[in-house]
Amino acid sequence: MNAIVASLSGRALRMGRRILSRPRIDLPLAVALVILAAIGLTVLYSASNLDTGTVVGQAARFLIGAALLLAVSRIPPSLLRAWTPWFYMLGVLLLVVVQVLGEGQGASRWLDIGVIRFQPSEIMKLAMPMMVAWYLHPRPLPPRWRDIFAVGILLAVPVLLVVVQPDLGTALLIAASGVFVLFLAGLQWWKIGTMAAGLAASAPVAWHFMHDYQRERVLTFLHPENDPLGSGWHILQSMIAVGSGGLLGKGFNQGTQSKLEFLPEHTTDFIFAVLGEEFGLVGALVLLALYAFIVGRCMWIAANARDTYSRLVAGAFGLAFSVYVIVNGGMITGLLPVVGVPLPLVSYGGTSAITLLVGFGVVMSIHAHRKLTP
Amino acid sequence: MTRQELPDERVKRAHFGRRALAGFAIMLALLLMVAGRFVYLQVFEHAEYSTRARDNRVRLRHLPPPRGLIYDREGRLLADNVPAFRLDVLPDKVEHMDRMLQRLSAIVPLTDDDIRRFKQSLKQHRSFEQVPLKFHLTESERDRFAINQWQFPGVSVDPYLTRNYPYGDEFAHVIGYVGRIDEKELKRIDPDRYAGTTHIGKTGIEKQYEKLLHGTPGYELVEVNANQRPLRVLQRVPAKPGKNLYLTIDERLQRAAIDAFDGQTGAAVVIDPRNGDVLAMVTVPSFDANLFVNGIGQADYSALLENPEKPLLNRAMRGGYPPGSTVKPFLGLGGLELGLRKASDTVLSTGTFYIPGSSRGYRDDERYGSGRVDLVQAITQSVNTYFYSLALQMGIQRLDQWMGKFGFGSPTGIDLPDETGGVLPSPEWKRNTFNKPWYPGETVISGIGQGYWMVTPLQMAHALATLADGGLAHTPHLLEATSDGLKAPERPYPQPPAVQLTHDPTDFPPVRQGMLGVVYDPKGTAHGLGDGFPYLIAGKTGTAERYSRTSDAYDTNRNHAYLAERHRAWFICYAPAEHPQIAIAVVLEHGAWGGSAAAPIARKILDQWLADTPPSERPPLPVTAATGPAAAAMRGTP
Repeated sequence: MNAIVASLSGRALRMGRRILSRPRIDLPLAVALVILAAIGLTVLYSASNLDTGTVVGQAARFLIGAALLLAVSRIPPSLLRAWTPWFYMLGVLLLVVVQVLGEGQGASRWLDIGVIRFQPSEIMKLAMPMMVAWYLHPRPLPPRWRDIFAVGILLAVPVLLVVVQPDLGTALLIAASGVFVLFLAGLQWWKIGTMAAGLAASAPVAWHFMHDYQRERVLTFLHPENDPLGSGWHILQSMIAVGSGGLLGKGFNQGTQSKLEFLPEHTTDFIFAVLGEEFGLVGALVLLALYAFIVGRCMWIAANARDTYSRLVAGAFGLAFSVYVIVNGGMITGLLPVVGVPLPLVSYGGTSAITLLVGFGVVMSIHAHRKLTP
Repeated sequence: MTRQELPDERVKRAHFGRRALAGFAIMLALLLMVAGRFVYLQVFEHAEYSTRARDNRVRLRHLPPPRGLIYDREGRLLADNVPAFRLDVLPDKVEHMDRMLQRLSAIVPLTDDDIRRFKQSLKQHRSFEQVPLKFHLTESERDRFAINQWQFPGVSVDPYLTRNYPYGDEFAHVIGYVGRIDEKELKRIDPDRYAGTTHIGKTGIEKQYEKLLHGTPGYELVEVNANQRPLRVLQRVPAKPGKNLYLTIDERLQRAAIDAFDGQTGAAVVIDPRNGDVLAMVTVPSFDANLFVNGIGQADYSALLENPEKPLLNRAMRGGYPPGSTVKPFLGLGGLELGLRKASDTVLSTGTFYIPGSSRGYRDDERYGSGRVDLVQAITQSVNTYFYSLALQMGIQRLDQWMGKFGFGSPTGIDLPDETGGVLPSPEWKRNTFNKPWYPGETVISGIGQGYWMVTPLQMAHALATLADGGLAHTPHLLEATSDGLKAPERPYPQPPAVQLTHDPTDFPPVRQGMLGVVYDPKGTAHGLGDGFPYLIAGKTGTAERYSRTSDAYDTNRNHAYLAERHRAWFICYAPAEHPQIAIAVVLEHGAWGGSAAAPIARKILDQWLADTPPSERPPLPVTAATGPAAAAMRGTP
């Protein structure tokens, strides 16, 4: 009897070891992600007013994401590279479909395909850098103007589709993830400067095409005290939550700002404020350090990757990941306007978490196959 | 992989490495900025945001104090607080106030006045404080709103305590009423003491003793969520209820007095001469004080204003009536006190009195006079000539000074707001008022309480009570005691000291004898009033003319209706004559004669007083009770 149990557990152990070792995934990154998910679930448990259903649902999504991560990590990067155009086209297609059929509060972002509801724009956050890397990898680097132009078109199609949803924040993040590939591909600094100047010059034009609510968000960000009960409410309440948390926070499940619903969207976009309120500066700095470590690890994997495509994809993914953290952290502390960017792997939400874990699967695959010949 | 590609791959890798490092450095710098922002908010601004987080969730809720109750001297509840329902609006939750009010008025009728007041108080409240819109909802209004409440976010039906006067119109002119705080009062009151209070004393005792009745407000610190929904009470300081008031009024006596008027327009004031307690204070007609508490309707208000008998006029202390012959006992006493006459001095009444050297005649009521009369007879028979000559002898200055001592011409100082002082005519007053000189004839008619004289029933009762108590003037008052909650009342409530107005006690018996004669002498103007009453009643009638006699019509046209239209009928009396415990002044606006019209009302009040007084508190009966009070009274005549 004991022998059977021992042999069964022994077999399970061996199987687990094989999954983790062949191909070998990056253990430090995996551990960091597990810690991050644990922190995320803990804060979510408090933010959802101790709603077990929410936490179990989110944990299930993490498990799905982890399974996908392991699966993707076993696919060699050459295969991922070959599938990239199809992945990109699927993303664009879904964005078109969501534009026609989508649902969501005042914006068509969600797609419901019976079993799951998800946001195609989240998929694009991963497909975009992969596509740009795919386009640039056989071409001479640093990219020439014509390649930049071609990348611009690859960027413009999904970005515009997301802009009209309308979801300006996500569109900018998708564009950024593409631009990061250009940057990592060695785009000359003077070209970067020229493009930045061009963007700055076109800002008034962008303002002209913005929706009223988007303009309002920008104005609110600039003068949050003008309208404490109107659109400045979110920023102000979030700053109050964070500021009142102090050094050590009010303690788990003790945050008045989130418990009494002063803090809006406290399980999703503003969950960082819940953490700041309940776990204080110490909690916030631990989380930021963890994020910095994850980003750094991604960049290290990218630097050690074996080919241009892998380097560009892993590097761009790492930079984009850090941008999510910076934009969300900047938003909830009043540094940046309110844009609907979730805090990676902490905010409640399936598509974002699963897409990110798939992205880490790609990074793991790049790490695992760094020494193999193509 | 060829050898040529390797350096290229190595260059590419190095190149990427630099870029990756640069990118990571930029991101790290930005992450540090976010971290710095956390440090700024959570360390340097922590105190500020802690306060704001607390302000967010903690609301101060005012607890208005329950208003003190008002009882009569026997503990009968005259003013009560009863639960009612009102419509409250939370402005924060209403998107379009005007549109909401319009839709709401289709369900619960809102008057223009309601809306005007509501908008006024909107300005005085913060947007997360509830503002009352309509008070005292009827049951059907409540039901209709309950069905439609979902259409009106921010509007709720809330319970509150409203003032109720169980006796309706009986004390409207004494207790008065409370009403909504208006703009003028709002400037006057202390906003902290009235936080959460909507009503304030408007008239009567309610206004006079507002400070005692109001109490001290309490407060609650309530934790609310972002929707301002209260979740729990963090701290609570209860309100301190206002003091309960015990009045000197005897409700049964008040009721009896009102009933005695039988709807005739007039007023009566009953005072205990021993201490100035006002036992009853009646104005007929009156109105239902409850109408005013939550805002009187236009129709009800018009009806009160248009009623020719003016029910809103507080006749007992604001109605001015020429006192007529009721001044005679006071004037007679003055003659003795000032040393102008002795009680036994007589005056010849011939039917007409002339000022020496003048041809203008002043009439007696008896066409051919009453013959030679002394003070007692002059009071008993109300002989004008005696007092014409006395007034002339005193002169107007001394007459005014003497009558002024008894309180004529100035407010008595009763503890009610807006008392009037009547008019005690003097050359100075006439010059100031009409810019005309004083004629000696006006001094003459002052001797019988005619001319410009105006006296309130309260002044009359007060002067009579002073006379009854041997010239000791007690300021009339209504408040007898106060109490906190269920504690026993603290009696008595401090009163101003009594003042002795006269110096010779022996001047009183002849005056009293004259007033006993009014009731018991066959020639007395209220003869028969004391029949069957165990105690001696000292009284005086008064029949004041509203207009001066310009023709002989008065002499030829003596039917009751004609006289009632022309006359104000007075009757004043006190009892028991030897140990006075009750002094009554009654005036009828349309009474033909004091003796026949006003005196029976006083008798009914006396009967009720007797019935109310337990035998142990009654004074001893007159020694000759066996033979009847009338005989005793007459035997005592010097």
